[in-house]
Amino acid sequence: MNIVLSIFMLFGLAAIAPFVNQRFPKLSGWLLSLVPAGLFVWFLSKIPAVVQGVSISESYPWLAAMGINFSFELDGLSLLFALLVTGIGALILIYAGYYMRSYQKTNRFFGYLVFFMASMLGLVTASDWILLFMFWEFTSVSSFVLIGFKHEKSAAREAALQALLITGLGGLALLAGLIMMSLPYGDFGFDAVINTPELFLESKLFIPATILILIGAFTKSAIFPFHFWLPGAMQAPSPVSAFLHSATMVKAGIYLLARLHPVMESQELWIYTLSVFGVVTMIVGAWFALAQQDLKKILAYTTVSALGTLVLLIGTSTAYSITAALVFLLVHAFYKATLFMMAGNIEKKTGTRDIRKLGQLSRYMPVATVISLLALLSMSGIPPMIGFIGKELMYEAKLNAPEAGNFILIMGFLANAFTVFVSFRFAYEVFWGKSVAFQKPPHEPDVSLLTGPAVLVLISLVLGIFPNQVADLLGPAFQAILPAEQLIKLKLWHGFNEILLLSFLTVLLGVVMFAFRAKIIQVVSYMNLNFFNAKLSQKFFSGIDVFLSLTKKKTAVVQHGYHRFYLMTIFISAGLLLLLTTNAIDFSVDFSWHQSPLNYLIFLAAIMIIAGSVVVITAKSRLLALIATGFVGIGITIIFIIYSGVDLAITMVMVETLTVVIGAMVVYYLPKYLDYSGVGARIRDGIVAVFFGGVMSYLALQTTSPEGMDKISAFFAANSYTKAFGENIVNVILVDFRALDTLGEIVVLALAAIGIVSLLKLNAHKKSSR
Amino acid sequence: MLFLPILIPLISIILLIASRHRLKLQQWLSIVSVLAQLIIALTIFFNLSETGHLVAQAGSWPAPYGITFVADYTSAILLIAVSLIAVAAIIYSIGFVDQVRQRGGLFVLFQGLLTGVYGSLLTGDIFNLYVWFEVMVISSFVLITLGAEKQQLRASVKYLVMNLIGSMLFVAAIGLLYSQLGTLNMADIAYKLRSEAIPPLVNSAIMLFFIAFGIKAAVFPFFFWLPASYPTPPIAITAFFGATLTKVGVYVMLRFYSLFAQLDAPFWQPVIFVVAGLTMVFGVLMAASSYDIRKILSFHIISQIGYMLMGIGLFSVIGLAGAIFFIVHNMFSKTATFMAGGLIYLYKGTYDLKKLGWVYKTKPFLAFLFLIPALSLAGIPPTPGFFGKFFLLYAGFEGAHWTITIVALVVSILTLFSMVKIWNEAMWKPEVESANLSVKSVRPAAWVGTVIAVVFTLLLGLTVGFTYDYFAQAGQQLIDPMNYIKAVLPELIAK
Repeated sequence: MNIVLSIFMLFGLAAIAPFVNQRFPKLSGWLLSLVPAGLFVWFLSKIPAVVQGVSISESYPWLAAMGINFSFELDGLSLLFALLVTGIGALILIYAGYYMRSYQKTNRFFGYLVFFMASMLGLVTASDWILLFMFWEFTSVSSFVLIGFKHEKSAAREAALQALLITGLGGLALLAGLIMMSLPYGDFGFDAVINTPELFLESKLFIPATILILIGAFTKSAIFPFHFWLPGAMQAPSPVSAFLHSATMVKAGIYLLARLHPVMESQELWIYTLSVFGVVTMIVGAWFALAQQDLKKILAYTTVSALGTLVLLIGTSTAYSITAALVFLLVHAFYKATLFMMAGNIEKKTGTRDIRKLGQLSRYMPVATVISLLALLSMSGIPPMIGFIGKELMYEAKLNAPEAGNFILIMGFLANAFTVFVSFRFAYEVFWGKSVAFQKPPHEPDVSLLTGPAVLVLISLVLGIFPNQVADLLGPAFQAILPAEQLIKLKLWHGFNEILLLSFLTVLLGVVMFAFRAKIIQVVSYMNLNFFNAKLSQKFFSGIDVFLSLTKKKTAVVQHGYHRFYLMTIFISAGLLLLLTTNAIDFSVDFSWHQSPLNYLIFLAAIMIIAGSVVVITAKSRLLALIATGFVGIGITIIFIIYSGVDLAITMVMVETLTVVIGAMVVYYLPKYLDYSGVGARIRDGIVAVFFGGVMSYLALQTTSPEGMDKISAFFAANSYTKAFGENIVNVILVDFRALDTLGEIVVLALAAIGIVSLLKLNAHKKSSR
Repeated sequence: MLFLPILIPLISIILLIASRHRLKLQQWLSIVSVLAQLIIALTIFFNLSETGHLVAQAGSWPAPYGITFVADYTSAILLIAVSLIAVAAIIYSIGFVDQVRQRGGLFVLFQGLLTGVYGSLLTGDIFNLYVWFEVMVISSFVLITLGAEKQQLRASVKYLVMNLIGSMLFVAAIGLLYSQLGTLNMADIAYKLRSEAIPPLVNSAIMLFFIAFGIKAAVFPFFFWLPASYPTPPIAITAFFGATLTKVGVYVMLRFYSLFAQLDAPFWQPVIFVVAGLTMVFGVLMAASSYDIRKILSFHIISQIGYMLMGIGLFSVIGLAGAIFFIVHNMFSKTATFMAGGLIYLYKGTYDLKKLGWVYKTKPFLAFLFLIPALSLAGIPPTPGFFGKFFLLYAGFEGAHWTITIVALVVSILTLFSMVKIWNEAMWKPEVESANLSVKSVRPAAWVGTVIAVVFTLLLGLTVGFTYDYFAQAGQQLIDPMNYIKAVLPELIAK
């Protein structure tokens, strides 16, 4: 058993999941969960080794020439995430097995869900940036298909598109950033940059690379200003929201930041960006959670807030903050996955997720109520849940923050209080509150639907009371993020100090807000509507619309469909491009050729050519134009004769004559000649023609063969009689020296003939079928 | 052996004409013929000399006097790629194209087109190249007219006129270059440019060549013919065009840049980058605003030509390897998407995204077949599209060519957008009730061809670790063409 195998097992499971579900529709969740559960146990068994500092790594060549390998490593950080992915993954599968029964096409759903799980496991265990990127993109794509699962609804399609474009944009930024980062090393392994960060930190590309990587992480983890795709992603079925959009995928950005932190921790750009965007996201998310009415939207916004908190904690970069980040990561994954599953249960049993239409559920589903309440306690940071420890550590970290501690503390305090308010509101309005007339009385969710939440809540409770059980696991993870420091010891009870006071005040503020909930929601809604009506999601779509209509206009300008303008464009651009190449050449033209003998004949030929051309242009009938082109051709032939290309001239006369004769025969069958273009169009065309013709003539005049140049024609002249046994050089060239050209031209003629025959045949066929 | 790639299709043409009344026989002949071409292409590839070349002189007239055929890694790789995709395209056509067109010479013209393509890939003579271009022009022109629908004929005239302009410029370029250097052999030209003072008009001649190739490759601002003519014939033909015609245009640009233009890189590099960037941007913008699968994919061909040009401009080992890889990737991925699009058409009776819907629900396997090459075009790893993009981005950053690299990045998100648009509209959206569409019968060969193309696409991405070395060697050869020159002109260099 090794890491690659574990990932491949999951991909294999993804491939067979649809068939498992087809064959065992009732048991599929439990059956499928066996694999991730087994992997979870396997990863658990690796904890002792990792604690002792033995890192487990594997590597297989992939694109070794460019320093890209199929390499994986299981250090503390990877192990922590791998446990989350497989553990929560197994529970989600059990849940989904029951939850998805009311849906159609669930076979595919399980395939996608397990595919995501495999990708996520790959993402957190890869130790090569390109490999990580591949899994990163896999998670984006699986998130896309899962968000769009209910694809009949246009809202689901739009939300999926939005999520994919935002994370896809981030993915590209990330790719560019990773390439820039790895350039100085010529190697994409984690080791390169982590062992010798100076090479990267001192490279010119440090700043753009950092910004691009941050964009990648921020888009994935729904950090402001990219946060808006996450609430939209709530279109996905609840198992997806619980797994991808709260517990794992959105943490991929956090994982990346943690991974790079040892490289970047000394950089102000890194620290400040993380802190600022973390704080803003934390407070924005908490604020928008306040007045939401949809249970899943409430949870989505608190997730945004939690993700912001995690970014902030990493950016604070102290022993306290990193410890807090790790604990909070677990805490949040536990309670948020639970709550999403419970939201799904509630929707399933009552038919709605609207908090205004819910109430008194504790009467119908006592077990579900207890589980939800415990999760909400953890979310509000109330003992004895592990959420309390998380919040204590957070306050500790903020109090000890090296810079702007007070501001961060106040913001954190507010965000926490908002979260408490939201938790109380959730608990009260859903499980007690007003009594609602349900169409049919809801009952307790089934065992499969409660297993996952119950397990997660139980872990939160146990870890809250015995927090050091998890310290073994978090220690090595801490080392991977901040090697210079040590994990802070975890305790439920810290004694009476300012932190406990802060915790108390947080809850108090939350409770006070809860007491005035009607007013608060009204005010917040009013402010959202009038001051914070950013509606980034809508702006995103109207942006796309504007873009589309713009391109449509541009396309109409470019691809207008008028053939003559295409031709003009080609001639004008070709002429300009050619002029570009002549700037080095002097514009004086060498007229010394006029001293060559027989030049009066040249003038005769020239007059023929020019006169012929003028007639072609002005001719009112096709036949006249055709004869005039023949005239031009004869003029050219005379030039050949003058310059002693007699063989060529003979061939030319034949060709010109035949062209005119055959052309004249065709003209007979053509429709009457009509003159479409007006005077303006003619002048315009004339200008273009004169311009391009002028450029070409200029090039021709500039052409002077250097004296005594080796020409291959000398070889032809010397050998055509002696070696090829032919007297006419042109003929010998055609049939011997360059016979391959002739072969090609014969092919052209043959194919043209086939074209004519098939056109005639099809025409006949059409006529007869009519 | 180097002449076999053109002789096999030529012999096939004769046999096909002889068996013109027996369609089944024609179909089998075509398949056997392309398989033979594939074997020859592989043989050539594995028989390249130590320096990676293979040279043959037509009629044993020594270079530079006769016509030379040369294979190196670039041409051999593309030879294999073309013959592979030809297998898929011919099988697909057997299933997709109607009987009337198949009887009307479809297979002969395919072989004709292949002759032109192979000839262009292998020839080492600029006039001979012109001849193979003519063969391609006439075969593709007749293929566009095949079936004689009104819009086909209209498009074919435009197509022919554009190509004739290209041919005219091509001949002018040959004349200009010959008057300066007195030779037609590419290696000889390259040698003279390197050993003597460069004559003043060489850049103008190269520019004329590039314009002629640019028309063929559909680069900005010469791309108009492509969206006008590609969507008119049956999509099986379009798919084959997409895989061959424009790619040959890019290939000869690559060759000419390596042999000639790189000597004046300070002049040519910016020109190539500007054209590459504009080609990418215009192609993708037009694709984003279209609502017809065929048009979207056709516009995308243009956009992706820009990436290949970018690789030429970068002119580093990775950049060139990226350009060649990108050509092969596009041959496979684009053909596969076209084919899947064609299957959608067969089942739904339209290419219009506004009318399409629910392919994902009713034909999940077809949706899957479309998804893989679409992801490849969007550049998601481990599809070949990702690696093509990755090489180019890497080379771009490595060479500090910021602008073009950033343009390439931005264009690729727009590419993702238009792929998702097809997916959302055609696969996910509920079927439009009012669309009253005639559904044609689907022969299994169309499925087989599509599956083959999709498998090629997948394999190209998955095997990149094994094949990359060859692409890199191809790039290396292009950067330093001295071995090419030596291989063609051994005596001349020995002097």
